[in-house]
Amino acid sequence: MPGSTGVSAVVELPDPEGHGPFMKDRATTGQGQLGDRLFGGTARGAGLLVIALVTLIAVFLLSQALPALAKDKVNFLTSTQWNVDGTPLQFGIANLLWVTVLSSAIAMLIAVPLGVSVALFITQYAPTWLSRPAASLVDLLAAVPSIVYGLWGLQVLGTHMDGVQSVLQHLFGWLPLFKDTGVGAASTILTVAVVLSIMVLPIVTALSREVFAQTPTSHTDAALALGATRWEMIRTAVLPFGKPGVVSASMLGLGRALGETIAVMIILSTLADGSPWSWSMFNGGETFASKIANNAAEFDSPKKAGAFMAAGLVLFLLTFVVNAMARVVIERRKAFVE
Amino acid sequence: MTSTDVTSDSTLNAMRPRGSEAGFDHRSGARALRNQLARVVMWTAFAIAMVPLVWIMWSVVTKGGTMLLESHWWTNSQRGITNRVVGGGAVHAIQGTIIEALVTALMAVPVGVMTAIYLVEYGRGRLARAVSFTVDILTGIPSIVAALFIYAVWVTVFGFQRVAFAVCLALVLLMIPVVVRSTEEMLKLVPNELREAAYALGVPKWKTIVRVVLPTAFSGIITGVLLGLARVMGETAPLLILGPYTKNIATDLFGGLMPTLPTMINQDRTEVLQPAVDRVWGAAATLILLILLLNIAGRLISRLGAPKT
Repeated sequence: MPGSTGVSAVVELPDPEGHGPFMKDRATTGQGQLGDRLFGGTARGAGLLVIALVTLIAVFLLSQALPALAKDKVNFLTSTQWNVDGTPLQFGIANLLWVTVLSSAIAMLIAVPLGVSVALFITQYAPTWLSRPAASLVDLLAAVPSIVYGLWGLQVLGTHMDGVQSVLQHLFGWLPLFKDTGVGAASTILTVAVVLSIMVLPIVTALSREVFAQTPTSHTDAALALGATRWEMIRTAVLPFGKPGVVSASMLGLGRALGETIAVMIILSTLADGSPWSWSMFNGGETFASKIANNAAEFDSPKKAGAFMAAGLVLFLLTFVVNAMARVVIERRKAFVE
Repeated sequence: MTSTDVTSDSTLNAMRPRGSEAGFDHRSGARALRNQLARVVMWTAFAIAMVPLVWIMWSVVTKGGTMLLESHWWTNSQRGITNRVVGGGAVHAIQGTIIEALVTALMAVPVGVMTAIYLVEYGRGRLARAVSFTVDILTGIPSIVAALFIYAVWVTVFGFQRVAFAVCLALVLLMIPVVVRSTEEMLKLVPNELREAAYALGVPKWKTIVRVVLPTAFSGIITGVLLGLARVMGETAPLLILGPYTKNIATDLFGGLMPTLPTMINQDRTEVLQPAVDRVWGAAATLILLILLLNIAGRLISRLGAPKT
């Protein structure tokens, strides 16, 4: 067993500071130093390459988007028009931004409570024989390709969304968010959100599960010893400990939902240009990603592509911010735990 | 109270002095009820989470499973087959998917593993933090953005055609972070005593990494690579932008079109004619099967050969 060999070697050898016979050998071997420099340099180079790639993505998107943005005749942020064929370029992202944010927000409203509960089930409630298979089963959801989610969402799940929609409209129809817009129930933002929540679920569950499992037993035992029920123990020990993990897991899931392309593109029915603005979740529309993918065939001139690059840039910035926030939260937690 | 609770709660109850209420109220009906309610909620949550999984698998298997049993599915392409005709296979798309995944892995694995080695074995200070941060950002980059970037470089700047190799480049961006993160985890699991023992024997650092650390973490790295492959195989967005579909078998990475399973699904997804619909779901079933096999292989390898800590 490699582990035990390593341990015994360390124990038998003198203090690393006390110069054993081998230490000198290592220090003077020129071949070793050259190899170290080459290998270390390559590793460093790979790291630098990754930094360069991310920087290049931002730079290239920006450089392609700027000329189109300069020629844009309407406000890029507030306009709902998307006209990139005519000579005066007119494109704005208001619609895209709303549909993207609304679908992801509803998806997170479903996925986060469900994901956290499933993670609690796996770590706290499931009998030992079930806990590992349960975790693997939830992970399986992540193995389903997004195009299959799209197909299933439109052709299978979509046929059952009528009932959900009419119940919601009956209850909350007076709110603009639930107004009927005449789009088929299979192709609404709500259907997209439900599918997105299923796609995000394994991400939220996997990460939450990991932090819940790390709760120090001293905390949980202390709560139980004070007479807490299992649920009170979870509320007072597991959840506070895991909160930063849950937040960052949700952020990562949100990043995934914002950027999902093909499933949204398949399910969501696109609206004709110039359709009236609607806040409703029963509307159709396009997200940043599905807008770009829907028009992939039109990327024949750099000018036209520029408008889509601008949309891609906004999407990149959105996911960048969300992921960076996830990172900050988890970093703080690390500092707290260590 | 159910069986899992009995041991902990009853022993604790016995140990607790009578009337002690430090921190929590005496167990009242309301508290017990809430406890039971929470238990029911958690079990229900798990049941709800299983619904889409079973439902999706059921849909795919019932709608597309029969295609996989036909031998021509695994030997023929769609060349000369129209939407009205039953027949033809998916071998062109399967082959394209596998070729693109392998070429992607050839590029992404060395970069990913070396980056992980840098982060774990060499990286200290600001640069390492920057690398780690950008890997996180890369993890979160939507596949469509990666595809747009490659489009901007490959087509707009260099003026090349949309070819399979461009797809691979976009997929590399998506695979690198998966490989880095999983390799990093595995390298961290390698006990420090192994490294110290090697140094103490006078082995240079690079040789320690290549001959001691990497072999110890090998199975974990393979698992990460397989999971990364599973991720890129299911990606569709880069294919939409950079890799148009064709019905013919294609092996040229730099010229012509290369079909893949996702684009095969995408091509006919709006069809209503039964033969085409069957093939769409057949391709979906094939894709899920391929990805599942990779996932299972990855998990088996990691379970069999996890580094002993």
